Amino acid sequence: MKPAPFLYHAPETVAEVLALLSEHGDEAKVLAGGQSLIPTMNFRLAQPSVLIDINRVADLEGIEVTADGTLRIGATTRQRALERSAEVAARSPLLFEAVPFVAHAQIRNRGTVGGNLAHADPRSEFPAVMLALGADLRIRGTGGERTVGATDFFRGLFATALGPQELLVGVDVPPDAPGSGSAFVELSRRNGDYALAGVACRLTLREGRISDPRVGFLSAGDRPLLATEAMRVLEGQEPGEALFREAAEAARHDVRPIEDVHASVAYRTHLFGVITRRALERAAGRAGPA
Amino acid sequence: MSGGGLWFGKGVLRNEDPKLLTGRALFVDDVRLDGMLHAAFVRSDLAHGEIVSVDTSDALQREGVLAVYTAEDLGAYWHEGPVLVPPPPIEGHTFNPATIVPLAKGRVRHVGEPIAVVVAENAYVAEDAAQDVWVEIEPLDVVSSTESALAEGSPVIHEHIGSNLAAHVVQRKGDYEAARSEAALVVSRRFVYDRGVSGSMENRGIVASWDPREEELTVWDTTQAPIPIRNGLARLLGLLESQVRVVAPFIGGGFGPKMMMFYPEEVLLPWISMQLGRPVKWIEDRQESFFATTMERDQVHEAEIAVASDGTILGVKDFFLHDTGAYDPYGLTVPINTQCTLLGPYRIDNYDSEFKAVFTNRTVVTPVRGAGRQQGVFVIERLLDIAARELGMDRVEIRRRNFLRPDEFPYDHEILFQDSAPLYYDSGDYAPALDKAVELIGYRDFIDREKARLLDEGRRVGLGIVTYVEGTGIGPYEGARVTVEPSGSVRVAMGVGSQGQGHFTAFAQVVAEQLGVDVSDVHVSTGDTRDFSWGTGTFASRGAVVAGSACHESALRVRKKVLELASEALEADEQDLELAGGMARVRGSDHGISLGELAVRANPLRGAVAPGTEPGLEATAYFGPQRGSTAFGVHAMIVEVDPETALIEIKRYVVVHDCGRIINPVIVEAQVHGGVAHGIGDAFYEQLHYDEDGQLMNASFMDYLLPTACEVPHMEVAHEETPSPLNPLGVKGVGEAGAIPVGALLAQAVEDALEGTGVEVLEMPLSPNRLFELIHGSGERSGGEG
Amino acid sequence: MSDTRVSLTVNGALVERSVEPRLLLSDFLRGELGLTGTHVGCEHGVCGACTVLLDGEAVRACLVFAVQTDGRDLRTVESLGTTDSLHPIQEAFREEHGLQCGFCTPGILMSVLPFLAENPSPTEDEIRHAIAGNLCRCTGYQNIVKAVRNAAAKLRDAAEEVDG
Repeated sequence: MKPAPFLYHAPETVAEVLALLSEHGDEAKVLAGGQSLIPTMNFRLAQPSVLIDINRVADLEGIEVTADGTLRIGATTRQRALERSAEVAARSPLLFEAVPFVAHAQIRNRGTVGGNLAHADPRSEFPAVMLALGADLRIRGTGGERTVGATDFFRGLFATALGPQELLVGVDVPPDAPGSGSAFVELSRRNGDYALAGVACRLTLREGRISDPRVGFLSAGDRPLLATEAMRVLEGQEPGEALFREAAEAARHDVRPIEDVHASVAYRTHLFGVITRRALERAAGRAGPA
Repeated sequence: MSGGGLWFGKGVLRNEDPKLLTGRALFVDDVRLDGMLHAAFVRSDLAHGEIVSVDTSDALQREGVLAVYTAEDLGAYWHEGPVLVPPPPIEGHTFNPATIVPLAKGRVRHVGEPIAVVVAENAYVAEDAAQDVWVEIEPLDVVSSTESALAEGSPVIHEHIGSNLAAHVVQRKGDYEAARSEAALVVSRRFVYDRGVSGSMENRGIVASWDPREEELTVWDTTQAPIPIRNGLARLLGLLESQVRVVAPFIGGGFGPKMMMFYPEEVLLPWISMQLGRPVKWIEDRQESFFATTMERDQVHEAEIAVASDGTILGVKDFFLHDTGAYDPYGLTVPINTQCTLLGPYRIDNYDSEFKAVFTNRTVVTPVRGAGRQQGVFVIERLLDIAARELGMDRVEIRRRNFLRPDEFPYDHEILFQDSAPLYYDSGDYAPALDKAVELIGYRDFIDREKARLLDEGRRVGLGIVTYVEGTGIGPYEGARVTVEPSGSVRVAMGVGSQGQGHFTAFAQVVAEQLGVDVSDVHVSTGDTRDFSWGTGTFASRGAVVAGSACHESALRVRKKVLELASEALEADEQDLELAGGMARVRGSDHGISLGELAVRANPLRGAVAPGTEPGLEATAYFGPQRGSTAFGVHAMIVEVDPETALIEIKRYVVVHDCGRIINPVIVEAQVHGGVAHGIGDAFYEQLHYDEDGQLMNASFMDYLLPTACEVPHMEVAHEETPSPLNPLGVKGVGEAGAIPVGALLAQAVEDALEGTGVEVLEMPLSPNRLFELIHGSGERSGGEG
Repeated sequence: MSDTRVSLTVNGALVERSVEPRLLLSDFLRGELGLTGTHVGCEHGVCGACTVLLDGEAVRACLVFAVQTDGRDLRTVESLGTTDSLHPIQEAFREEHGLQCGFCTPGILMSVLPFLAENPSPTEDEIRHAIAGNLCRCTGYQNIVKAVRNAAAKLRDAAEEVDG
């Protein structure tokens, strides 16, 4: 389990990264935290001939709050930094709640937010959270910067809207609406494992009714999914057990789980019903009057 | 051995810990030698096939590659390996040996079987070059499951045998059919126990170094059996045993598969070093370990129990298939353990047990912590649970009623055990341990009140309580040499390796007890054939029993020498002397002499050693037990099942364990902890998933789930001590015990939690997915008729 | 592929080497620097045996390339105590029999060190989560949990002595 040889570059600016990407194209992989890429290389399932290490690009790391309250998270911000951030805790309780579910602390110490999103593992926590939060992913190419909403960013199994010569530079998480409540619920075989099923949800209560419900799923298919059926059921309704059961039932139709050694399609589908209900109950309980 | 001692029975700090804690302990992968090369293996990607061609030319051209060997290149060195454990002489048994080979020739029989070995300047290049070796294999139909192996039309794995039957054994006592005809109730079920890995944190590894000037071979090996490896290598390589030194240094966990002597890598590395005249290292990687290191537990049982209306067991009948994997070098150890351990702590006068071991296109099966015992315990405990339920009897009561009584020991079960000796239980007193477990877990209160109270809250919480025996401490023998050095330090040299069991401390305690020295002054060397030349290894929960007894015997002999010399030196009667604080002293006075000084006197530079005496304060003794000693235990747990998610949480775990006299209670308790954790893995988390092509689907620690600190609960451990009459220390083995009953226990507890739903747990491991299927009534996969 | 020069601090000492870019930090520490206390158990980031401190944070040495550590600060188990003078965490592991074969132990110690610095009085649950990224097959974790609790107390006592 030793990686195959590669050419190594450690540029210090985004411009240099982009130049290297232009030069090497598909041959190159961007190395951020490496916590998914390096194991794959150690198994020799990936044998990129060029690695572009972005850990020395200084202006990619950090958490800022913009004037409108958006959390602007740089691509190489360590996952661990989120769980230590008072800003994240205060402004995005859903993201904050999800962080400890990402593997273990030793992985989060190294793993980055951007690397995780760009890897687009459907079993991963952040992509589903970003869907639920309606986050925007900031992408830099030689032509400049563009922004892609999370719903458009994830295109399939380990596939994203990133072009081969583009770099994900960060993600913008919009502030929660007043009165919103959220919950992250994940079931896994062991502590730190990929989810059997996971849900990130946020809803707002306006005059006792649910407004703008957002339900994102992980381990529900070939990509992170928005539970559009469940969201439709919830919109404008008064929260309550019956409604949440109905939404949970709808959620079972939203998912397209993949069978693996840990769970059948039937089991996973069932679990999405259960956790959707539990997460909605929790989120509604946390939502305050607007 | 009588009474609690100075050191015996004390939870002293371990001698080996400072080295291990500071990263200074030497493990095999830490061996670095000048000019050392690295080996990597080219392994079969297919489970079954004929090798058409192996092209090594690209690999040989890669810079940094020194050699690539295939089976053909080995010439006369290519041998089929030995049958490590010949089958016991059971009347009418069939055993068809098919032992492993160093590199596949013609046929490959499981994924991961080595085909070629690459030797390069470093491990990275070796792995690059292994990728350069082009192997063409013509695929053959695959035997991918235990149950299909003997089916009509199944592909045959070993043509010379003509079928996939590895063994067929019948052992009977009494007359089961007659007993059955008198039964008030007969319960029959089908039970399945699936396969897992041993999961030691250190993978296997070997460093071999041939010194052409000294004509001496040194091999560092992650083996549990350094002396047999030394002896075997000498034979294979045509060397004197004295020309071969095998060192098993610190080993990062064994659990059985590191016992499996003569893995292909173990045979090849020394030969390669001799061919190239340079040291060579091979360290197995984790992925490789899932294919190349032996594993255990595939069995399918059709079993029934006949009971009287009061719950008395009239008889048990069992037929099972045992998957031995692609080869069967370890003989019948595992299935015979199953056959014997099924009898448990119970009086079963009529027993009809038959098994067939079968070849499949999967990695070879050899003992893993428990070694077949889990399966036997699972079958008998499950049958008792179901019988109790159908009779409307208490689960604890049906067990108590069938226990062997203390006055029935030694008890003859009238069948043969794995060591070829009759299955005798040496001693036991089971009821007090069961009572203690009942009390500790709060059985009555839980059954009578707590369970219903929790159910009212909508919570599904259940209790399990099961018992088991473990035959431990089998022969043939071990030895130890104890030496008092002039510094006063004591050296103990012995042949069993250590994989974390605390040998450097427990054996030091046994010796310190007799010599009156501090445990930290006793330096144990174990696992280096240069220091000690006779013995077998650390396996079958036998270290403390067999090697411990040998230490004791040799310490007694040295003690005798010390007292004789001290008596002379101090001009006092031996019976007036005491050994304490590193001194021999006249009891009740300051008049004494240090052991170091006596050691100097015992090795005079002038004068003459008296005829009939030996120089030095040194003695070597051996111990071979007449037969194994039988340990016993009761495990109890409380588990909560979330019926919506099929996930479980173990709320409490209680162990009452009886391994006879205890040398070090802290070590013993921790052995039990580790065993239980392994058992929890076996029962709910760990399972190897093979597809129909014999491909393993979860060959990584991402998907093969060893329990973490969050899955293993706090364990409450209590002890009973029923000494073994078969060894001078009165000890019984403990290494495997904790792992043995956990499957049976979890099954009972989960069923109890789900009482009324009709869920029966008849297979191990359980998993959330499987439990979901059982809860939702799609339980076809496991059968469960009757 | 050409080697790359790296210069870093390991256990307080400056180290300079030329390394192949693909060389894993775990192999660099063990093979190039002879710091064999860092063990390799899975090489895919799950077992935790190779845990070391990179700029003070616990990371898997098998999931970092040595070239990435240029200019960084590394600490391995060899930076704790010696056999004659154990670090309080090591002492606690010995006192509570928190190790058996000892193969996973260095990685656990390097996970526990920053954990206790951040959380000096952890609950049992917090301890279990903190060590969940380190697999151990021998101990069933119970005595490791005890050892971490004991270590926390030792470190708190030591801190009080300094303060007082």
